[in-house]
Amino acid sequence: MASRKELQVAQKRELEKKEETTIPARIFVPDADIYETKDGLNVVLEMPGVDKNSVDVRVEDDVLKVDGKLDFSKYRGLQPVYTEYNVGHFSRSFRLFGTIDQSKIAAELKDGVLSLMLPLAEKAKPRAIQVN
Amino acid sequence: MIMGFADPFDTLLDLQRSLEASLASDWLQDLTTSRGPFPPINVFQQGDDILAIIELPGVNKSDLQIQAKDNSIRIFGKKTVDYPEEASLHRRERASGEFDRTLSVPVQIDSNGIRAEYRDGILAVFLPRAESDKPRSIKIT
Repeated sequence: MASRKELQVAQKRELEKKEETTIPARIFVPDADIYETKDGLNVVLEMPGVDKNSVDVRVEDDVLKVDGKLDFSKYRGLQPVYTEYNVGHFSRSFRLFGTIDQSKIAAELKDGVLSLMLPLAEKAKPRAIQVN
Repeated sequence: MIMGFADPFDTLLDLQRSLEASLASDWLQDLTTSRGPFPPINVFQQGDDILAIIELPGVNKSDLQIQAKDNSIRIFGKKTVDYPEEASLHRRERASGEFDRTLSVPVQIDSNGIRAEYRDGILAVFLPRAESDKPRSIKIT
C-alpha cells in the first residue's frame, strides 16, 4: 500500500491587527492557496461557515482585502461539551503587484471555499516583441 | 446600573471563550479514536441531544461519508485541492488528502434519528439521545 500522508489540523492563526477593532473578538486568518496562470492571479481561501452574503472582497491601493463574517447566532442554545477548534470571523489581506484589472475580479464561494480570480491588466501581459 | 444575566452567546467573544473553556474537556473519556486528527470536531449539547459540528471546507458531498453504529459515528472521505496545469504556485496552505475519524459519545444514540447536513464547508451531525437513555422522573407514592 502506498504510504498515505496523514491529514493534520493546522492550528488556526489569529489575525495580527493593525488597528484595534471595536468588538473584542478574535479574528482568524483563512488558509490560502495562491497561484498564477497566464490569465491572472488566483486566490483561494478557506472560510468554513461563511455564506456568500457575508463575504467582502475589495482592492484598495494595491492591497486585496478579504473579510468573511461568521453567523454565530447558530450557536445560540448550544452548550459546548468538547471542542477542538474555535470559531470567529475571517480576515486576510495581500499586497498585489499593481497589475490587476480590478474591474474584472471574479469571486465564487462553494463549500466554504472562496475562489478569487484576479485577471492581469492588459498592459501587464507579456507581449512578444518582433525583431526586425 | 444592575447588570442582567446576558445570554452567554450574546457576543462572539463570549462564544469564543466558552469554546476555549471546553478545549481540555474530558467529556468524551478517550472514547474517540482517530486516524489523524483531521477534521476538527466540536461537540455541543442541545437540550437532551448532541450536535457535532465539523469544519471541513472544500469537500464534495460525494466524497464525504458518514456511518453510524451504536453510539459512534464514523466520518471519512477525501479532500482534494486542484490546481490547473501550467500554474505557478505562490502559496500552498490548504490541506488535502484522505481522512477517517470516529466520534464516540458517552450517551446512547437513537441511530435512526441521526441527521447530517453539509453547508458552507461545515458538517453538522445531529445525534438524538435515545429515549431509553433519557432520565426518567420517578413518581413517589
